[in-house]
Amino acid sequence: MSQALFKDETPPLADDTRRALISQFLAFMDDESVLRDDEDLYPYESDGLAVYRQKPPLVVLPETVEQVQKILKICSELKVPVVARGAGTGLSGGALPLKNGILLGMAKFNKIVSINEHTRTAVVQPGVRNLAISEAASDYNLYYAPDPSSQIVCTIGGNVAENSGGVHCLKYGMTVHNVLQVTAVTMDGELITVGSTAADTAGFDLLGLIHGSEGMLAVTVEIVVKLLPKPNTTKLLMAAFASVDTAGDTVAEIIAKGIIPAGLEMMDKPAIVAAEAFAKCGYPTDAEALFLCELDGTEEEVQSQLQQVEALVRKNNATVVHIARDEQERMQLWKGRKSAFPAVGRLSPDYYCIDGTIPRRHLSRVLQQMNTWSEEYSLRIANVFHAGDGNLHPLILFDANIEGELERTEELGAKILELCVEVGGTITGEHGVGMEKINQMCVQFSSNEITQFHAIKNAFDPEALLNPGKAIPTLNRCAEYGALHVHHGEVPHPDIERF
Amino acid sequence: MTDKDISAELKLQVETAIADKTPLTIQGGGSKSFLGLRKTNATPIDLSPHRGVISYEPTELVITARAGTPLEEIKATLKNQGQALAFEPPGFTPNATIGGTIACAMSGPAKPYLGGTRDYILGCRVLTGHAQNLKFGGEVMKNVAGYDVSRLMTGAMGTLGVLMDVSVKVLPEAAGEVTLGKVMDIETAIEKMQSLAGLGLPVTAAAYLNGTLFTRLSGTETITNAAAQKLTAIGEKTNDSSLWQQLREQTLPFFTFNESQSLWRLSVPALTKPLDIEGQWLYDWAGMQRWLITDAPATTIRAAVEAIGGHATLFRGTEPLQREVGVFHPLPTPLLALHKKLKQEFDPQGIFNPQRLFPEF
Repeated sequence: MSQALFKDETPPLADDTRRALISQFLAFMDDESVLRDDEDLYPYESDGLAVYRQKPPLVVLPETVEQVQKILKICSELKVPVVARGAGTGLSGGALPLKNGILLGMAKFNKIVSINEHTRTAVVQPGVRNLAISEAASDYNLYYAPDPSSQIVCTIGGNVAENSGGVHCLKYGMTVHNVLQVTAVTMDGELITVGSTAADTAGFDLLGLIHGSEGMLAVTVEIVVKLLPKPNTTKLLMAAFASVDTAGDTVAEIIAKGIIPAGLEMMDKPAIVAAEAFAKCGYPTDAEALFLCELDGTEEEVQSQLQQVEALVRKNNATVVHIARDEQERMQLWKGRKSAFPAVGRLSPDYYCIDGTIPRRHLSRVLQQMNTWSEEYSLRIANVFHAGDGNLHPLILFDANIEGELERTEELGAKILELCVEVGGTITGEHGVGMEKINQMCVQFSSNEITQFHAIKNAFDPEALLNPGKAIPTLNRCAEYGALHVHHGEVPHPDIERF
Repeated sequence: MTDKDISAELKLQVETAIADKTPLTIQGGGSKSFLGLRKTNATPIDLSPHRGVISYEPTELVITARAGTPLEEIKATLKNQGQALAFEPPGFTPNATIGGTIACAMSGPAKPYLGGTRDYILGCRVLTGHAQNLKFGGEVMKNVAGYDVSRLMTGAMGTLGVLMDVSVKVLPEAAGEVTLGKVMDIETAIEKMQSLAGLGLPVTAAAYLNGTLFTRLSGTETITNAAAQKLTAIGEKTNDSSLWQQLREQTLPFFTFNESQSLWRLSVPALTKPLDIEGQWLYDWAGMQRWLITDAPATTIRAAVEAIGGHATLFRGTEPLQREVGVFHPLPTPLLALHKKLKQEFDPQGIFNPQRLFPEF
């Protein structure tokens, strides 16, 4: 993920191609929807991973499906790459523009087409904000379950592309578990519908395949999401511990008891201190670890589970056990966790958010290793952790103004992700690979597996024009990266020709 | 039978098939061999000796097993730890394997409430038509590295490769269950079944058969009793606890029919009204999965479901009829084209289960 390795070596979009695109787009789109002046283009130069920047040569903002089809057809004919973008909140550079391609902004697709309270579904356009769906469904006592931390601004189209998660995944699943149908346009301009509002579909699970495909297979133009009834009862228990290990073991014991909490979030000391200073939410700042365990369901279910969880945390010598007295206090306790990123951001000029998943039993080993590296690199790390499903978000604190610190941060981040793979986990739990983790893909997957990923893309987009260069590395890139990172004396991808 | 890893032998068999361009029929326990067409000249590739649980971590809610591991063995292993496969896959026969379960992606009565097979797959190892043994996904709940090949394999009926091992999310087993029953007309039952899931109660199944709406509640006695009290309009407690298993395994008397008829499976949107096709109907999945025993022509059935955005599978029927009308609902042209391209990318020689899913590949 080193920025030194992020180099877009493709030649820029040729002037005559750019002119041809502009004149063809203006034939069916108004002037303000085809952005071509620098001042209009700069806002699009990065997504949520702002350390990577590339000014796009052209941004188009279609507002109808037909326009999207036409744009893709034109780009297909001229062999111009296309990067689709929602709100640009992605944290892995998936919507990073390309020098030689256009940026397809889907912001104008911002309508909730319909909500059906009886089937508990909503038909939405891809540019609709995640939280706006739950807000609109609230009148019917319904909500849309996946809640990535950027839910106020991130769009549902981006959520589909990244298969976004959130703090309630353990019980309610990721985006792929909450979407019934996606209508999308393939690179050749063909409109396809995958999934269905029926119980299932005939043939391959293309709906599953589209999720998390990072805008590389098709451009989503309409989504049918599943809505859930708001739980009748919700309770939140906070428990603090004198060691991260005990907190981790307690999480395992809760699950072993047959309890699936709606949310189970853990923080280490640096994160607790930062969150408390920022949100004044009542966290015990002397604790080494803290978790928030949210239980929801019927009154009887929640009472029974709450008793069991409380008994368990007390048995495991929790230093603080507190059950939110009311809704206001529950929201207050969540506020600390949900503002952990900006809170940590106040401790340091910059921070870098890592997103790996591990089998939870290796938590202690991974945290210890991170502490060792933190000292070695002289970089502080604060940890927030979706403890229920093993998704780690170490936040590395750094100062980009100090020469070489960003590079060291990226190197440390890469090491953490590779450790996740080593213990049987993955380099990305919910933020996607994008441009950021493209090298780590070479660590997690073999050359043959990567080749098969390219083959899947080839089935949808044979000219590799949709968001090319993201998510799936070329084998040459892996060979290059492998040469830099020889692991246990083994050269990864030994079968690749080296130059 | 003992645990055994025969990946090397299986790989060799696939290599030979690729070299000779001879099709293979992937076979586990044979429990679902009735579903889908098969090429008569295909050689079987037997996964049943490739068995054994590779890893199981109850506190991580994940089990990984070789494809030939019997479904019954998986269920027993989980039960020992108070866990279960929440999607309630049917076995149909005791030899059903976990590989076949994932490849066929059939789910039991809990599907609308707890999710189906595709919602629980986490990772797999697959032997492709390039004779490569590849690993996708993993053993963790949240994983978005690379395309979701594991989900693509789920329900592909072995047409994209041989599933070698699979990792599946598991959940705690329900502490108990109660079944409510009430006689009512089908129109009312469809509405009630649909609204039931919106109440935030522990409903885990709803089906309509023999003029009766049956609803299952799961949880401890306190939980199910409290929910049952709120649902008196839906029915009284019945003693029919074996209903759901019989429904899942198709051992209810309903599923007995004569040779001139076929069993169709209709997948339809929520709140779809009863369809005007002569035959015997059974409504599962809150009315979204409908079983129909009929001698009505395939064209009538398929046209009726297509008009409402559903699809129909000739689930059990005579082989000549299967060949004539196809087993799975024909795909729209652009989707069929994508299926063929994906097939080409995974199995360029077309050796795996040709025509099992669609006559075109």
